[in-house]
Amino acid sequence: MSVLLQAQGLSKRFGGLQALSDVGFSIETGDIYGLIGPNGAGKTTLFNVLTSLYIPESGTCTFAGETLTGRKPHEVAGLGLARTFQNIRLFGNLSAIENVMIGRHIRTQAGVIGAVLRDKRTRREEAEIEARAHALLDYVGIGSRANDVAKSLPYGDQRRLEIARALATEPKLLALDEPAAGMNASETVVLRQLIQKIRDDGITVLLIEHDMKLVMGLCNRVLVLEYGKVLAEGRPADVQRNPKVIEAYLGAGAAQVAETVPGATA
Amino acid sequence: MTQTISLKRGLPIKTLLGIALVGVVLAVLPFVIGIAGQSWVRTLNFALLYVMLALGLNIVVGFAGLLDLGYIAFYAVGAYTWALLASPHFGLHLPFWAILPISIAIAGLFGVLLGAPTLKLRGDYLAIVTLGFGEIIRIFLTNLNAPINITNGPQGINRIDPFKIGDFTFARAETFFGIRFTGPEKYYYLLLAIVLLILLVCARLQNSRIGRAWEAIREDEIAAKAMGINTRNVKLLAFAMGASFGGAAGAMFAAMQGFVSPESFSLTESISILCMVVLGGMGHIPGVILGAILLAAMPEFLRAVVEPAQHMIFGAVILDPEGIRMLMFGLAMVLVMLFRPAGLWPSAVRKRELARGKGASA
Repeated sequence: MSVLLQAQGLSKRFGGLQALSDVGFSIETGDIYGLIGPNGAGKTTLFNVLTSLYIPESGTCTFAGETLTGRKPHEVAGLGLARTFQNIRLFGNLSAIENVMIGRHIRTQAGVIGAVLRDKRTRREEAEIEARAHALLDYVGIGSRANDVAKSLPYGDQRRLEIARALATEPKLLALDEPAAGMNASETVVLRQLIQKIRDDGITVLLIEHDMKLVMGLCNRVLVLEYGKVLAEGRPADVQRNPKVIEAYLGAGAAQVAETVPGATA
Repeated sequence: MTQTISLKRGLPIKTLLGIALVGVVLAVLPFVIGIAGQSWVRTLNFALLYVMLALGLNIVVGFAGLLDLGYIAFYAVGAYTWALLASPHFGLHLPFWAILPISIAIAGLFGVLLGAPTLKLRGDYLAIVTLGFGEIIRIFLTNLNAPINITNGPQGINRIDPFKIGDFTFARAETFFGIRFTGPEKYYYLLLAIVLLILLVCARLQNSRIGRAWEAIREDEIAAKAMGINTRNVKLLAFAMGASFGGAAGAMFAAMQGFVSPESFSLTESISILCMVVLGGMGHIPGVILGAILLAAMPEFLRAVVEPAQHMIFGAVILDPEGIRMLMFGLAMVLVMLFRPAGLWPSAVRKRELARGKGASA
């Protein structure tokens, strides 16, 4: 397996708050890589640093052989790192299909002249964009909602639409920020299948999630953040048994109990 | 963009008939209106200029969602470019095929000049900067008569060449096929052709990759960035396209009037063009055209009606027509905003934006 994303010494400060300090990890191609930690641990900040929405004070990040640090967000998307947002950021007043079509922007070329002349190449490109967008909506299972307004979709469908939009950019790494938040149990099962399908189709997945069952069942590696620092990293089973992780989640007393009763935290 | 793009050719008979009907009406309109007097044809021409301006501003405000309160500056740049390159002021008399593209290009360049420093601004902040920009251009035009006389200051520039194709000038009346065409009537057809061209460009841009990128920026700029849209370039493109349409309208204005002065390019003008866009229906091309025609024609119409009406009722002019014109104008605006907040003829997207509380907004 080759390393797809490698981060070293990433630090980000907001005023007096050290949101990330010296965070380093690496994701291999084909991973479903989990990113967990208590609220405010810096998970989303790390996502924003990776996708260049934030500029880190220090640290470097390489992705598929290219340096990520210092690039513009749209360049990061161009390199193949697509993301979703914790607080859904769809283009709310546009239809589902338009949302996905916008995701094709970076992989298509038509400019003003093409749009005005509507020449053969532009027409073919437009047809391809539309066909691809429909296919992606089917892929995430909301093909029947193509013409519905994004903000009128049920919550779970909005999350899936965001995934479809991110997939439209043809990512090598798909970063999902709490995709199961607000989903009920059956929706989460479907989501889990979808994430597995995405990985099986050759896209590496980086996943922030609070649903521990989902993370532990799905991910093959997990990174635990607390107060912006890496607390643990490794296979889910190992991380789960790590006393520091148990302490961070459940308190010091729980960690002691866990040591005497192995497997108590599953 | 209510429905997905259909690239099918061939239109239904009904649509074709509709287009033919509109075509006939547009073709005979100046003669019908001309019966009431040539000044009405001139009003019609100004309405067409405003349609151009409103369509240009609609790209910036309606499509890309960037509030621009200094749009008239581009109109001014276009007008002065034509005026300086085709008048005795510098003794230059370039042909239209040179000046028109130059006007458009320079206006577009000014669009980028305004856009570049304001890339990170949105909403109110952007509005204030663009407002300042509009005023800067006007003040420059007023004061650039010293130390070197470039714009001739507040006196403006006189005796500007009309639109000429070879020896065919649009300023004179002429007879073709036994029909007498006056100057304004000739300009009408020229302006109509330009409006149709701009209309085509706008409609096609809206349903394109670029148009979708503009919509994405209007909806959520951060998401647009994360989805790989180069927001800097796409925004600058919106400013440049909008500005170049304004430049084209300005050039036509200078050619038609034969005179330009800074007072034609005041903040009020910027605001009334914005009103046309908002009143008609932001981001919706037919709505914007409707707004432009209504707001351009209504003052003239009121002027023609209010004075005679008062004579008839009171036997004298009690209220100054100019004053009551603004009153009616304001009243119309308030009523439209109260009862049709998305505009007279809004796009489906805009309607959704204003239908708050109905959808589960994220």
